[in-house]
Amino acid sequence: MKHPAFASPDVLVVGGGLVGSSVAYGLAREGAKVTVLDQGDGGFRASRGNFGLVWIQGKGNGLTPYARWSRDSAVRWPMFATALAEETGVDVALRQPGGFHICFSEDELAARENRLSTLQRELGGDYPYQLLDAREVRERLPALGPAVVGASYTPMDGHVNPLKLLRALHAGMQRRGVRLVSGDDVLRIVPQEGGFAAHGTRDTWRAGKVVLAAGLGNCTLAPQVGLNAPVAPNRGQVLVSERVAPFLHYPTLNVRQTDEGTVQFGDSMEEAGFDDFTTTRVLADIARRGVRTFPFLKDVRLVRMWAALRVYSPDGFPIYDESTRCPGAFLVTCHSGVTLAAAHAMRIASWIAGAPIPDELPAFSGDRFGLAAPDADAISVPAH
Amino acid sequence: MTSTPLFKTLPGADALVRIWFNDEPMRVPGDGSVAAALLTAGVSRFRATPVSASPRAPYCMMGACFDCLVEIDGVPSRQSCMVTVREGMRVRAQEGARELPPVVAQSPEQSDDR
Repeated sequence: MKHPAFASPDVLVVGGGLVGSSVAYGLAREGAKVTVLDQGDGGFRASRGNFGLVWIQGKGNGLTPYARWSRDSAVRWPMFATALAEETGVDVALRQPGGFHICFSEDELAARENRLSTLQRELGGDYPYQLLDAREVRERLPALGPAVVGASYTPMDGHVNPLKLLRALHAGMQRRGVRLVSGDDVLRIVPQEGGFAAHGTRDTWRAGKVVLAAGLGNCTLAPQVGLNAPVAPNRGQVLVSERVAPFLHYPTLNVRQTDEGTVQFGDSMEEAGFDDFTTTRVLADIARRGVRTFPFLKDVRLVRMWAALRVYSPDGFPIYDESTRCPGAFLVTCHSGVTLAAAHAMRIASWIAGAPIPDELPAFSGDRFGLAAPDADAISVPAH
Repeated sequence: MTSTPLFKTLPGADALVRIWFNDEPMRVPGDGSVAAALLTAGVSRFRATPVSASPRAPYCMMGACFDCLVEIDGVPSRQSCMVTVREGMRVRAQEGARELPPVVAQSPEQSDDR
């Protein structure tokens, strides 16, 4: 053993973003000894570029276990946030007042009705939502502009400060004994007697179990241990404003006001490969939609903009799997690392630690994509 | 609000202009930045932060830190280090987050969207 100061861990988690850190934190709560291997600062990091929604509304069209899974995570979120605050002193600013999807045309509103009523029916009625007309939505959000014709609302949605979440997870897991190794990029994973060896750019790491939570890196790592992760980048761009007095007390899909007063604008989706730069055209569209939603923001100054890459599977749903060829190798990947953080810390971690597989999970096996190339029969349906 | 300045003007500084800070008239060197002018006049509290209400003064003086925010001629949250001082400017401390304009009731037909 190269590191006598650290006894061999039970589990190696490859990836120290929101997904890997949530799983590692949960595993440590289960009593496991965990080492998290994280890339350096140059890695693509959806965890540091995302929009911060805990979003349920509209998710799971075509795969109802995803709706159940997401909602279960949202229900567990308050307990999760409280535990993080108690253990780390970091308040991740969780607010779950429900969220709005703002519509600018009758067609858009009809499409929302169709999507949400279908989900409600498939879930046996347990799926609260409201369709609001122009007058009704203004009673809830007085600052809306004249172009808004209505909105859908569900009480299930919320938001957090995602940067504080990542910080809380890192602090919480390390406080519970997790070793976080930064700057070692895992290139190869080899099954061996009694477990796995992960070969990084700096070192070799061994444990009985390995969890792939490497985001876009899962695509090449998964096949090395008999798993299938045909994930590809989907670019989102975000604008953030100066801090303004509180005016928006609910998250919407495109515009939200953060706990500290800035206003975020986002929700673009583009296939741009591994290019995580911003483009003026998309940012202008995002800004235009934001001002159309809340016209009095037109003079508010924008202070930063960025792009980040979502980790997108061909159907937009997560992939959760344990390898049949190499038992002890797990795959955890999704594009909603914030919404699903509670599920990852509480339910995925228990499963990896040895508890029975959660009921919803078999639907998320990577087997659904066959063993073909990532682009074969790809269905590009946004999952929200 | 103002105290003995930590800064003094160099010989050969620009001619003085008159501005107001929080309704207090003051004569400051013209043609520099508003931030430099206020510092020369002994202003130490430019704003209070929106999150913790802590007092702040200019830090970087080059447009990066946003710690020098003030209201200038009615426009909130301006970076005073990036604005040239002018005769007659009305400057106020930026106390907390900027306010938004009041919501004006608009009927849906009046849309002016592009």
